[in-house]
Amino acid sequence: MKKTREEKILTFLFIMPSVILIVVFVYGFIGWTGWVSLTNWKDVVPDFTFVGFKNYIDLFHNLRFQIGLKNILVFTVLFLVVSIAIGLLLAILLDRKVRFENVFRSIYLFPMAISFIVTGVVWRWMLNPGTAATGSLGINMLLDKIGLGFLKSGWYTDPNVGIKAVVIPAVWQMSGYVMAMYLAGIRGIPQELSEAAQVDGASTWQVYRYIILPLLQPITLGAVIILTHISLKIFDLVVAMTGAGAGFSCDVPALFMYDTTFRGNFFAQGAAIATILLILVAVLIIPYLRHGLKEGS
Amino acid sequence: MFAIFYLLPVYVLLATSFKSFAEVSLKDMWKLPQNISLDSFKIAWRGDASKGVTGLSKNFMNSIYLVIPATLISSLLGSMNGYVFSKWKFKFSNTVLALIIFGMFIPYQSVLIPMVVVLQKIGLYGSIPGLIFIHCVYGIPITTLIFRNYYSTVPTELLEAAKIDGAGFLRIYRDIILPVSMPGFAVVMIWQFTSIWNDFLFGLVVAQKPSIQPITVALNNLAGSYFVEWNIQMAGALITAIPPLLLYIFLGRYFMRGLLAGSLSGV
Repeated sequence: MKKTREEKILTFLFIMPSVILIVVFVYGFIGWTGWVSLTNWKDVVPDFTFVGFKNYIDLFHNLRFQIGLKNILVFTVLFLVVSIAIGLLLAILLDRKVRFENVFRSIYLFPMAISFIVTGVVWRWMLNPGTAATGSLGINMLLDKIGLGFLKSGWYTDPNVGIKAVVIPAVWQMSGYVMAMYLAGIRGIPQELSEAAQVDGASTWQVYRYIILPLLQPITLGAVIILTHISLKIFDLVVAMTGAGAGFSCDVPALFMYDTTFRGNFFAQGAAIATILLILVAVLIIPYLRHGLKEGS
Repeated sequence: MFAIFYLLPVYVLLATSFKSFAEVSLKDMWKLPQNISLDSFKIAWRGDASKGVTGLSKNFMNSIYLVIPATLISSLLGSMNGYVFSKWKFKFSNTVLALIIFGMFIPYQSVLIPMVVVLQKIGLYGSIPGLIFIHCVYGIPITTLIFRNYYSTVPTELLEAAKIDGAGFLRIYRDIILPVSMPGFAVVMIWQFTSIWNDFLFGLVVAQKPSIQPITVALNNLAGSYFVEWNIQMAGALITAIPPLLLYIFLGRYFMRGLLAGSLSGV
């Protein structure tokens, strides 16, 4: 719309408070953190002596950081693959006009409304394997009862499983979200497309394989981006469920940053971890935002 | 079959928190309670000095006091921004929008250190107003995005017609945009209520004193203590989950729309 001078000023005034807050609290603070990461601040009292990339070099030699990076990689891959597989399967099942679709949809989606802390507290007890004295507990006890005892595991208490056990509640919480995205996508595909294919003799499987799935690719991309950025930042769930775990087997960089900074007072080191996390997320998100905006305008 | 996996934790939550103390045992985790007992809830809510449990009631109220103003303010800011970014685009407005939206993806670890320093300087550190302020700021990206997408569906011809009748920037916002904004506000406010209620990191870092901690932080402390029986922990978890769950149950349609908007499908 054409704008008068007065309207230009009003436009500016409307977004000014938010723009100032974002510039200071997002970009200013990120820059500030980046700068702290290049200093020698490792006590309650700030010390802004410039030390270059020393904190970053130290980090990559730090065992806890190495384990954390490896864990977050394993966690992200498992979490992505399982959530997307389950989300897609549930969406296709629900799309087949099942009875009580609404009920099922609500059941799959409700964990999204709950805090990761609640999820962590509940799953910590469910995945508590028990000790020799108590015998099997939680899920393990259930597995024994239904004759699947061979699936029993030490879950998060077993350093060989560690972070992989945290994938279970994460999938429990987020796969409904993926389902909702896919379901909206499938419902957006014109029915005539699959009907035409069926008239041409395509089986249901072929309709999904050659028509529906290729059209859902943008949704898969969106799901990958959303899930990955949540997964790289995962913190609450790990804190509530396991903490860093034996030999840091459940540790993640976000938790390491919190411990380093707010428990250990190694502010510069914490700022370096935070900056690495930010770079990981930015590499993922910035191309996606640019791509999305081009299409939008 | 899949539904069982999703409902299992709910079963454990309900079955455990309604058991009486005599019945609670990890061995009987999967058994239904024989008698419904509210003892666990009483202790999780009010606390019990003899067991060393601090009740969650104070923290529940802290969360209420913080979530209501933060939700209202961030929604209003989002509505104002959304109006500009959908109907009064200017040069580079899409770039500015992208820079704002990026704020919802950042790992908040990368702003925590300056945040603590600044909040201490302005005297808001360790207080509920401080938390309200922080949630307002970091809520701006998502509220702006949802409102911008929502207002894009309002036909621009309607605004053009109003302009011809002599309505200006503010009159159009007040008389045309705000009256049709209710569904948008419902989506945004439910989203904000849920994410602020469920927040843990900001509460943990900003509110050190137990008396002002939001409920998620208090629940984590409760559950982290080895002395607290697990039925009390489960009752506490249920208390923490109830407000967002109620919203989900009664306003699920709007919740779903917020989710899909949050997935950026319309940037």
